[in-house]
Amino acid sequence: MKRIASIALLIAGAVLLAGCPKKNNVTEPPTAGSHVSGSSEEGASTSGSALGGDAASQGGDVTGANGVGPLARKVIYFDFDKSEIKPEFAEIISAHARNLTSHPNLKMKLEGNTDNRGTREYNIGLGERRAQAVRRALMLQGVAESQLTTVSFGSERPAAEGDDEAAWAQNRRVEMVYVP
Amino acid sequence: MNKRFPSLLAIGFLLFCSRTWAQLVVEITKGQAEAIPIAIVPFGSPGAATAPFDVAQLVSSDLAHSGRFNTTDRKDMVEQPHTGAAISFDDWRRLNNDYIVVGQVQSVDPDHFNISFELYNVLTRQRMLDYQFTANKPGLRLASHQVADMVFQKILGIRGAFATRIAYISVLGTVPHRQYRLIVADADGENPHVVMQSNEPLMSPAWSPDGQSLAYVSFEERLPSVYVQFLPTGERRRVSARAGVNQAPAWSPDGKKLALTLSTRDGNLDVYVLDLATQALTRITDDPGIDTEPQWSKDGQTIYFTSDRAGGPQIYRVGTRSGDKPQRLTFQGSYNARPRLSPDESQLAFVTQEDGGYRIATMDLHGRGEVQVLTKGRSDVSPSYAPNGAEIIYATRDRGRGVLALVSADGRVQERLVSSEGELQEPAWAPF
Repeated sequence: MKRIASIALLIAGAVLLAGCPKKNNVTEPPTAGSHVSGSSEEGASTSGSALGGDAASQGGDVTGANGVGPLARKVIYFDFDKSEIKPEFAEIISAHARNLTSHPNLKMKLEGNTDNRGTREYNIGLGERRAQAVRRALMLQGVAESQLTTVSFGSERPAAEGDDEAAWAQNRRVEMVYVP
Repeated sequence: MNKRFPSLLAIGFLLFCSRTWAQLVVEITKGQAEAIPIAIVPFGSPGAATAPFDVAQLVSSDLAHSGRFNTTDRKDMVEQPHTGAAISFDDWRRLNNDYIVVGQVQSVDPDHFNISFELYNVLTRQRMLDYQFTANKPGLRLASHQVADMVFQKILGIRGAFATRIAYISVLGTVPHRQYRLIVADADGENPHVVMQSNEPLMSPAWSPDGQSLAYVSFEERLPSVYVQFLPTGERRRVSARAGVNQAPAWSPDGKKLALTLSTRDGNLDVYVLDLATQALTRITDDPGIDTEPQWSKDGQTIYFTSDRAGGPQIYRVGTRSGDKPQRLTFQGSYNARPRLSPDESQLAFVTQEDGGYRIATMDLHGRGEVQVLTKGRSDVSPSYAPNGAEIIYATRDRGRGVLALVSADGRVQERLVSSEGELQEPAWAPF
C-alpha cells in the first residue's frame, strides 16, 4: 500500500516536474551508514493497523477530537526561556497519560515551539527541551516510550504572529498531536 | 536508522520551477561621514541609439550602497566624457570629486557587448584603471558589478563583493498558512530565484565553499532533515534524516563534510561531523546542554559553536580531533550565540543580548577578545559575513516584519534591504 502510494507520488511529482522549464533531477540519498545512538527505534514499529479505525473501534473519543474535556486540550504553554511544566497543565498531561496507557496502540508526537526571540537554531534546542519535558512527564505516568516521539520547530511555526508578549506567550508551547 | 525514505519520492512536488521573486531595495540607514566623492559618468554607446544597459547607474549604486562612497548626481555633471582624453579635470575638481570613472558599452554583435572603462584620480590626473571585457546581454548586470568591484578594490585596497550572491528564507502568508521559500539573489537583492519552496519550515541555508551548493534544513515531512542542493541543476540529496534533531549544517572548508546538530532519543543536542561521501558520523561535542550552531575554521581543525552547558548560551570552540576539550570564548552578558568567523578569521560575529534586545556583535580573536556591539535593534540575528569581510548581512525586524540589513564590520555603515513582500530570514552570503 505504502509502495503504491509512493509510486503514485513519484508519478505525480514527475508530471509536475515535467512542467518546469528546466529538468530537475531527484536523487536517492545515500543510505545512512551509521547513526546516532538511540536513533534506531523510529519507524521500527509501523504495525500497519490503521489508527483511525483503532480509535473508532473503541467507541470513545480517545484523541479528544470532539472538543470537550481535558483530552481536548493539547497545548502546554511555557514561560520565557523555561522548559518546566507549570502546575496548571498537570491535569491535561495526566488526562493524556491515562489515555495513552489505556490505549497502548495510540501514538503521540510532541511538537516543541519557542517564541521568535534569540537565534533560530538555539531555539530549536529550546523547543526540543520543552517537548522532552512533556515526554518525561508522560512517561513518569506510565506511558510507554514507544508511544511518544518529539520534534522541535523552534520559532519556525508560530501559533500567533507578532512581536509582543501576547504573541510570544502563545508561541512558547508544546503541541500534543495524536499520530498514525 | 533511516526509515523515512518513502516521502523522499514526494519531493518532486516541492522542487522548484526557477523564477524570479519580489526584489529587494537597499536603503542606507547610517552612512559614513568621510565617504569618498566619486563620479561615475554615464557610459557612451558608440554606434547605438541607446545603451543596452546603464552600466554606470549600477556601478554608482553599488558604490553608494557600500556607504564608503559619495557618488555625484548625474544632473550635477556639467559634461559626460566617455574617455580619459575628454575629461576636463579642473571642472570635476571644482565639483569636489576625488575620482572619476568613464567608459563605453559597444555592441560587438546583437548579443555581445564590449565594456571598456577607465578610473582616474581627479587630483593627480593619474589613470588608475584601464580595462575592457566582453559580456553577453544577460551578463551586463554582473559585468557592471565587476566594474564596481574593481573600482572599489583599486581605491580602498579591499576586494569588492558586489558581484556575489546571497541566499535567504522568505516566508509568505499568515499563520497557520505559511509558505517558506529558499531564495538566491544577487548581493544587491536583484535577480531573486526561488530554489526551494515548502509549506513547512525551511531554515539555516549554508553555502558550500565552491558556491555551487546549498545545505539547509527542511521540515517538509513535518520532521527536520538536512538537504544538500546543487544549484546549477536543482538536484537535491537528503543527507541527514536521523531520529530527532537534524539541524544547523555547516560545510567543512574542503566541502566534503558537514558539521551539524543531531540529538539522542532523550533530546540531547550535540555537534557532529558527517562525511558526505561515506555518511560516516563523528561526534564532536558530548554534553547534556544544547550544543549547536557549528562553524568551521578555515583549516578545518576547529569548530566554533553555541552551548548552554554553563547556563545560558555562550560561544565555545573545540578541535575536530577527538578528545579535545571545548574552550569558552564569550563571558560578557548572558546570551551569546551563533558564531560566524570573518573570512580572515580575525573576528567572530555573533548574536548577543543587550538591553533586552538581540544584537549583532563582533569579537576580536587576535587581541584581548574585545567585543563591539554593532547594531541597535531588538531582534537582530543570523549574521553572515560578506566574502571580503567588509560587511555583515543579518536579519532584523521592522514594524513586525522580518527584513534583511547590512552593517559594515566596523559598525560605521548600516543599510536595510527592503522587500516588497514576505518575511525575510537567515541571509547567507555566498563565497566569491
